[in-house]
Amino acid sequence: MTETLIKTDNPVLKVRDLSISYEAGKFAVKDINADIESKAITAIMGPSGCGKSTLLRAFNRMHELYPDIRTEGTILLDEMDIMKMSTIELRRKVGMVFQRPNPFPTMNIYENVIAGYKLNGIKLKRSERDDIVEKALTEVTLWDEVKDSLFKKGTFLSGGQQQRLCIARALAFNPEVLLLDEPTSALDPISTARIEDLLVNFKKDYTILLVTHNMSQAARISDNSMFMYLGELVEYGKTDTMFTNPKDSRTEGYLTGKFG
Amino acid sequence: MSVNNIPAFIDNIDGRNKKNKLFLGLVIALSVLTVLPIVLIVSKIIINGIGQINFNFFVQTSPDSLQAMSAIANQETIPGGIANGILGTFLIVIVSSAMAIPAGIMIGIYLYENQGRRYSNFLRSTTEILQGVPSIVLGIISYLWVVKNITNGFSAFAGSVALSIMMLPMIIRSTEETMKMIPNEIREAAFAMGTPYHKVILRILIPTGFSGLSTGILLSISRILGETAPLMMTALGSTIINYNITKPTSAVPLLIWEFYNDPNMVKLVWSSALFLMIFVLTLNILSGSLSAKRKTGRKK
Repeated sequence: MTETLIKTDNPVLKVRDLSISYEAGKFAVKDINADIESKAITAIMGPSGCGKSTLLRAFNRMHELYPDIRTEGTILLDEMDIMKMSTIELRRKVGMVFQRPNPFPTMNIYENVIAGYKLNGIKLKRSERDDIVEKALTEVTLWDEVKDSLFKKGTFLSGGQQQRLCIARALAFNPEVLLLDEPTSALDPISTARIEDLLVNFKKDYTILLVTHNMSQAARISDNSMFMYLGELVEYGKTDTMFTNPKDSRTEGYLTGKFG
Repeated sequence: MSVNNIPAFIDNIDGRNKKNKLFLGLVIALSVLTVLPIVLIVSKIIINGIGQINFNFFVQTSPDSLQAMSAIANQETIPGGIANGILGTFLIVIVSSAMAIPAGIMIGIYLYENQGRRYSNFLRSTTEILQGVPSIVLGIISYLWVVKNITNGFSAFAGSVALSIMMLPMIIRSTEETMKMIPNEIREAAFAMGTPYHKVILRILIPTGFSGLSTGILLSISRILGETAPLMMTALGSTIINYNITKPTSAVPLLIWEFYNDPNMVKLVWSSALFLMIFVLTLNILSGSLSAKRKTGRKK
């Protein structure tokens, strides 16, 4: 297989020989080795069913929610094996945003942002809560839009606002890594642009992994790109290099629209 | 197909219209036939029952045959009421709900979370069989289990056990259906924050599906409210107001049966039936409005 490690000084995540299968002998993700650059955006691209979502979910072990899952190999987060960490601790460090905005429908905006603390039984003082909510909503540039309606249900916001609320909910935990699973595929172009701007801004504080179907999005905002095909990591490198001079013919085929 | 074929279709349009009208008339006639009995039943119950409904009807216990007979002889309204039945029904329903609702919701969530597993398929078919068990059989079972062995005599608790078994399948099924309607993203969002499983259920799934769950619960309560046969073998009935779940207790349907067997108290059959009907109807309307809220309340 092609050498797929990126040499970075300070990889926050290291994937080693990672294979994930849903049934014996059928791999969704096969023999992946990769280092994820800290404080950068890494895009994961590939056609449908190539395992990119499964790989992304492996980083906070959300893939374990599927029944009969088998995972081999390791992922190291700051040199610690995430398979041995408790999911509570891991998911605090590795936040996740989903394809469709999913604020909790029974909670208002304020409760949605601090939901992570509430649901994990972490007691906070009122002033601490207020600070966390304001900081997280400010980070996603939602604060000015919702500061007068914090106690309204999150589901009454527009789709783009809801998605930013979900990002705020993930940021409220102050994670190291942010996983985004096609976060803009259900949004209009203007909301998409706002979220892309946010992500570029977040680079200074967070390591971002972004699954995207949208090649131009990957080209616009990512530093590094992975191209996956049939569960394998075909090519991994600097986004600029990959888009201008792909090494593998399959990457080239995908990027030029021959399949995918 | 050539354009020339089209007039052949249009030629027959009169015949089609006639068939249409005939069919429409048939549908209307049949729907009237369905509504008619309902209107007749409801109006009969209201006309015969309304005369006995007064304040005492709700706060006094049921009269004995002699009181009723002298009242009829003097052409007065029959004294007393059905307070022992109303409170007994409440007692029995509350105790059976306390047993059936938590168990039913938990089993329903289990079935949803473990789709396609062998044990959950077995559980689901068991639930369906349970739904088909005649209520009188559940009465016999509860008689053997509870009356004979636990309370050592007829009791409200025995009635509650029989009725809670009746409630279970409905709550389980409605819980599973409600869980299917909660978008999977909501569940994932909760898990993605490291939320422990029990908190996902208690803090996310149950509140999110609250209106669906309450609809199922209200419907199951309205179904057991009118149950008579299992109560005859378990709660038995009582002429006094009873709050002790280990003692025989009356219930509105039991009173109706007792009134029916006493020629002097036939009037009370109608008024008790009216009360029961309005009570069940209220619950059904309430659950209907809850499920309507669920359908319109969600954005997108």
